[in-house]
Amino acid sequence: MQPEAYVAHHFPNLRQQEHAARIGMWLFLATELLLFGGLFTAYSVYRFLYPAGFAASSEHLSVAAGTINTVVLITSSLTVALAHHFARHGKGRTAALCLAITLAFAAVFLVIKGWEWTHDFEEGLLPGRYFHSSELTATGAPMFFTLYFILTGLHGIHVLIGMTVLAILMVLCWRGAYDHGYSTPVELGGMYWHLVDLIWIFLYPLLYLI
Amino acid sequence: MSQSPATTPPSPADAPAYNPRNYLNAEAGIRSWLLTRDHKRIGIMFLALTTLFFFVGGLFALLVRIELLTPGPTIMSAMTYNRMFTLHGVVMIFLFMIPAIPGIFGNFFLPIMLGARDVAFPRLNLLSLYLYVIGAGIALYGMIHGGTDTGWTFYAPYSTTTITKVVPVLLGAFVLGFSSIVTGLNFIVTAHTLRAPGITWMRMPLFVWSIYATSIIQILATPVLGITLLMVAVEHAFGFGIFDPARGGDPILFQHMFWFYSHPAVYIMVLPAMAVISEVICAAAHKNIFGYKAVAFSSLGIAFVGFFTWGHHLFTSGQSTLDAGIFGVLSMFVGIFTAIKVFNWTATLYKGSVAFTAWFAYFCGFLFFLVFGGMTGIALATVSLDVHWQDTYFVVAHFHFIMVGATIMAWLAALHYWWPKMFGRMYPERWGLVGAVTIVFGFNATFIPQFLLGNYGMPRRYYSYPERFWPLNVASTLGATLLGFGFLLILIYFLWSLKYGRVASANPWGSRGYEWGTLSPPPPENFIGQPVYPSPPHDYTEGSVQSGDPHAAEVTHAA
Repeated sequence: MQPEAYVAHHFPNLRQQEHAARIGMWLFLATELLLFGGLFTAYSVYRFLYPAGFAASSEHLSVAAGTINTVVLITSSLTVALAHHFARHGKGRTAALCLAITLAFAAVFLVIKGWEWTHDFEEGLLPGRYFHSSELTATGAPMFFTLYFILTGLHGIHVLIGMTVLAILMVLCWRGAYDHGYSTPVELGGMYWHLVDLIWIFLYPLLYLI
Repeated sequence: MSQSPATTPPSPADAPAYNPRNYLNAEAGIRSWLLTRDHKRIGIMFLALTTLFFFVGGLFALLVRIELLTPGPTIMSAMTYNRMFTLHGVVMIFLFMIPAIPGIFGNFFLPIMLGARDVAFPRLNLLSLYLYVIGAGIALYGMIHGGTDTGWTFYAPYSTTTITKVVPVLLGAFVLGFSSIVTGLNFIVTAHTLRAPGITWMRMPLFVWSIYATSIIQILATPVLGITLLMVAVEHAFGFGIFDPARGGDPILFQHMFWFYSHPAVYIMVLPAMAVISEVICAAAHKNIFGYKAVAFSSLGIAFVGFFTWGHHLFTSGQSTLDAGIFGVLSMFVGIFTAIKVFNWTATLYKGSVAFTAWFAYFCGFLFFLVFGGMTGIALATVSLDVHWQDTYFVVAHFHFIMVGATIMAWLAALHYWWPKMFGRMYPERWGLVGAVTIVFGFNATFIPQFLLGNYGMPRRYYSYPERFWPLNVASTLGATLLGFGFLLILIYFLWSLKYGRVASANPWGSRGYEWGTLSPPPPENFIGQPVYPSPPHDYTEGSVQSGDPHAAEVTHAA
């Protein structure tokens, strides 16, 4: 399929259509940032109200797991960028391979996150009224875990959505849909994936380090 | 497609009066509507749905007013009353005021005004309609199965502990928010990428400028409401304790996060109204707008300042005096931008050639409600005065004047002004004027007594009141009844005109707005050939008006 075949009836040319798609994606990413922005605001307010409780709760999270996950996600950002690079140069199969590696990293991330959550459940580190830890008694600890589960849960949902998008793109790349110089969908999927990583880059220090 | 040589569209003068092949009859069958990607059909579906919910919300309002007809219990229990005013607020705000003008007229006219064949993302546009239907469905389920009694503001901790069905209503509003985001996103991208050659930013119709400013707010504010409502829903369902002081939560945080969206949201409602008025005034006066740039940029100014005024909802919530003062002053900035618009609109009328149509009557109503509602708003932004009026009927009357009054006037003005373009038929002008007078009079009769009640100290959302408030409450209820009859009358003659109305010419008002250059109703592809735009919109300076002398048009015949 030649690139021109992708032009919708209401666009004069492909360049303008791609331009529109990119603006649309950037605007969508802005809404995502504000969605998480509300949660970051809540985190800041309660961190200010319960500094000791939040610091103590943070120590009950596994810094090792968080760090590994950060490395995993940042690397996956690289592979998704490579996927776009190869797709743009007509190497659909290589791009599909890069996307497969990205998906593998995403799966590793979710497995580690799942292990962490299981661990938290066992220790009674649960949100709000379900919180029952014998070791952690600081005021504000239940609030920390409420926000922790909402933040990582919402981020996890985004990872799943991103994986779905990348999986579809992977199949399309493998079938040669983007072998002829039209690779905007891969670029947009990649942008979404970068945002998912970016949010984690803020979650990691807020939840694990400080 | 732009490669084809630019051809002038057929002059509406020699075009057939009723375009036989239009977007309404190009395809037939229910499937062709449900799966359409035509922005015009999506606009028409938004028209049907938002009008339906407008009448549902109006019914709740009438029930509230009937309950308040006497000081004690009248027709319902206190609990039912709480549910009624909540449902009135939720339905009117989320299902009518926010989606109505962008959903109907933005969808229908924004691409046509830009010389585009569709919005940038037609499939997303259809998705926005379906999200609206899904959100409305979820919210309706909540309303039927118990309703909710928190008020549309869902203040915590009451909203997180009430026994009523608050979660479906919250989730419904959450989904409706996404519908709103998708619509806004589409409009911004369309304005950036699909302007026809000749339409520069400074030649965009003012309608598009104002819708553009609205879309910015929709995109940046709605996600915050989304996450806030989700947090309340999670807390209500699982007891997470984010906003509940009993679990260490901060209910004031909820108020901040809620108003961070919900204050800009009033500009999501009123900026599209201003968009309509900027078009209507040029066509009514047969003059180009006075101060194009000032009107265009004041829309962006309102959108910008609107993000920094939310604190005026928290004057009595324990905010510091300094914060309250800052938020008060910032709120008044909105008044400055609005005044710029009002002065430019009225200056446009100077030496204009005005035909007193129904839609011009609504313009007059709009100006009245905007100015007086706005001035009471400046008074309310003054902290010392607000403390006196906090949570009284004065506030209720204020926002019904500026937010509801102005928006409904513009919605009705738009319906009358664009009806011939959308359906190719004229509404009956005489009944149109009767309707306009009824609505403007009914609105004043409903809410002027509420200003007085509030000033005497009657609190909002109360089920009963002392007997000294009785006469004014009766007056308000009578006004609301008049409003109800007015809206019914308008509905009837619009439906009547779809079949029996006089066939409209392509440009019955002699308007020079870009959208009037195409046929009525427009063909599915909006234009025959590629339209050209040699002059700015509403340029009445040279030559005769497109379809002949405006005074020979339907307007004067009907008067």
